[in-house]
Amino acid sequence: MNQPLIDLRNITKSFDKTVVLDDLNLSVAENTFVTLLGPSGCGKTTTLRIIGGFETADQGQVIFDGEDISKLPPNKRQLNTVFQKYALFTHMNIAENIAFGLKIKGKSRTYIQDKIRYALKLVNLDGYENRSVSSLSGGQQQRIAIARAIVNEPRVLLLDEPLGALDLKLRQDMQYELIRLKNELGITFIYVTHDQEEALTMSDTIVVMNQGYIQQMGTPEQIYNEPENAFVADFIGESNIVPGIMIRDELVEIFGARFACVDKGFGTNRPVDVVIRPEDIDLVEPSAGTLTGVCTHLIFKGVHYEMEVTTPDGFEWLVHSTDLCPVGKEVGIHVDPFDIQIMNKPASEDEEAVGVNE
Amino acid sequence: MNRLGRFLKRTWQDFYLVLIMVFLYAPIVTMMVLSFNTSKSRTQWGGFTLRWYADMFASRNIMAALHNTLLIALLSSLIATVIGVAACIAINSMKPVPKAVVMGITNIPMLNADIVTGISLMLAFIAFGISLGFKTILIAHITFNIPYVILSVMPKLKQTNRSTYEAAMDLGAGPVYAFFKVVFPDILPGVLSGFLLAFTMSLDDFIITHFTKGAGINTLSTLIYSEVRRGIRPSMYALSTVIFLVVLTLLILTNFAPRTKAEK
Repeated sequence: MNQPLIDLRNITKSFDKTVVLDDLNLSVAENTFVTLLGPSGCGKTTTLRIIGGFETADQGQVIFDGEDISKLPPNKRQLNTVFQKYALFTHMNIAENIAFGLKIKGKSRTYIQDKIRYALKLVNLDGYENRSVSSLSGGQQQRIAIARAIVNEPRVLLLDEPLGALDLKLRQDMQYELIRLKNELGITFIYVTHDQEEALTMSDTIVVMNQGYIQQMGTPEQIYNEPENAFVADFIGESNIVPGIMIRDELVEIFGARFACVDKGFGTNRPVDVVIRPEDIDLVEPSAGTLTGVCTHLIFKGVHYEMEVTTPDGFEWLVHSTDLCPVGKEVGIHVDPFDIQIMNKPASEDEEAVGVNE
Repeated sequence: MNRLGRFLKRTWQDFYLVLIMVFLYAPIVTMMVLSFNTSKSRTQWGGFTLRWYADMFASRNIMAALHNTLLIALLSSLIATVIGVAACIAINSMKPVPKAVVMGITNIPMLNADIVTGISLMLAFIAFGISLGFKTILIAHITFNIPYVILSVMPKLKQTNRSTYEAAMDLGAGPVYAFFKVVFPDILPGVLSGFLLAFTMSLDDFIITHFTKGAGINTLSTLIYSEVRRGIRPSMYALSTVIFLVVLTLLILTNFAPRTKAEK
């Protein structure tokens, strides 16, 4: 990989003695869509604000295109931010909002006019120049906020939960808009969200964070299919996380039953955590299953049924399937080898938090 | 029956309202009427005249006092507005506990009796060897005006979204430019009403001015007070009428300035 555009090195930040980020390292390559994903309080917004220059890290460096910008104020950085609550200037009309940054840079009147028209077209709001901010809906306001940021031609666009205040349908539309924008503009997006679906839909790279540490970094597929620890598995989508013992390479024992899997290199007879996604569990005849259990719960969810199958050891398996299994029926559980994900058991809370992708 | 009851209730309410209005405004109306009275008598109407108004404008004393009053009101409210807005910005970024403490301290001068404020300011000026005069009145007025500015700006500043300021910085604005371009327009209604409130307060203050003015200088209120002690002249009615109308106008402005802005 060539030189990263943004490089966070050993960033540490505390507020009032609460450590929010602890020795965080993160590289962002040019022209990628990177999402910082995690529950509230995990440090994702703080990370973004440190990149934007609104917070300064207690320790560590922010490297932008090979230069240390840790001490630069936000107005001297070549990046722009789209804020969670739009932060439009309500006493200015749309055109004035968009022109704000360009006027400061002393661009010519015609240049600014062209840019405004171009940006409004880009966010599908042509002709809105003279409208007031308050006459726009939430989704439109967010588009204007994006237009206002991108006319400055930043190398990086920082987005802080920009869709958080929109309703579901609008949020989905905007997700596609953002993907399109990123492809058309060819700039780097750093996106903060707590919504895993948003992250999976849009990102090239997802950075899962918790308690100030990066839990895992990878493509959406990697994050979803190969979570590295229980936190990631649990946070991204629904999952069954069960204790198991790695008998040897490609064989794991769960509740006394042996499942074939594809993971290697965990040693022999080692306790591990096993992640199995609810949609990867196949319910079969009891005789054909690796484990057997009784269906104890059934809910119709539209696309699929959600069921709970309780095995004799008392574990309730969450199962998503389009095939119905009535409550009380005995079923067998079968899982294909490549649907089983093995994770190291964390030795302690700290180790659980630190686990970083190589 | 019910309708009659409602009618009686209604009438009683109206009567009560009129009664209050009479008590509140009858004295002022009396004074206004007398200011146009040709006769010097306070009980007899001698015909309409503008003579007292002419007298008022011809009097060098009154004009000097008017000049002092307006100058002090303008300067003190302007300076108090600048200091007050700056203080608001600082207070707004404080942590909750110091913020509450500072706001409490800010409110004390408003609750304090004017006479206490006046005497203590006078003592302080004398103790520090500052001779009483125009500047001491000005300092005193700035002092008691600041809390009013803070009180009207603070809520506006709390309402403003902090991220608009950050957004301006993010788009390349320096802190000062960002403040005046983005934050200031948002709090402008509060700043204006704070300024007008301070101006009004300064205009009609008597007690504090009385204690801090020293000899040889008068504002309208202290002038009227000393004139009345010597025997009242109808030009004082005229003067009081003018002051009342000015203050009334300012109060109406203060109340409507933020609203018209918000509607826009």
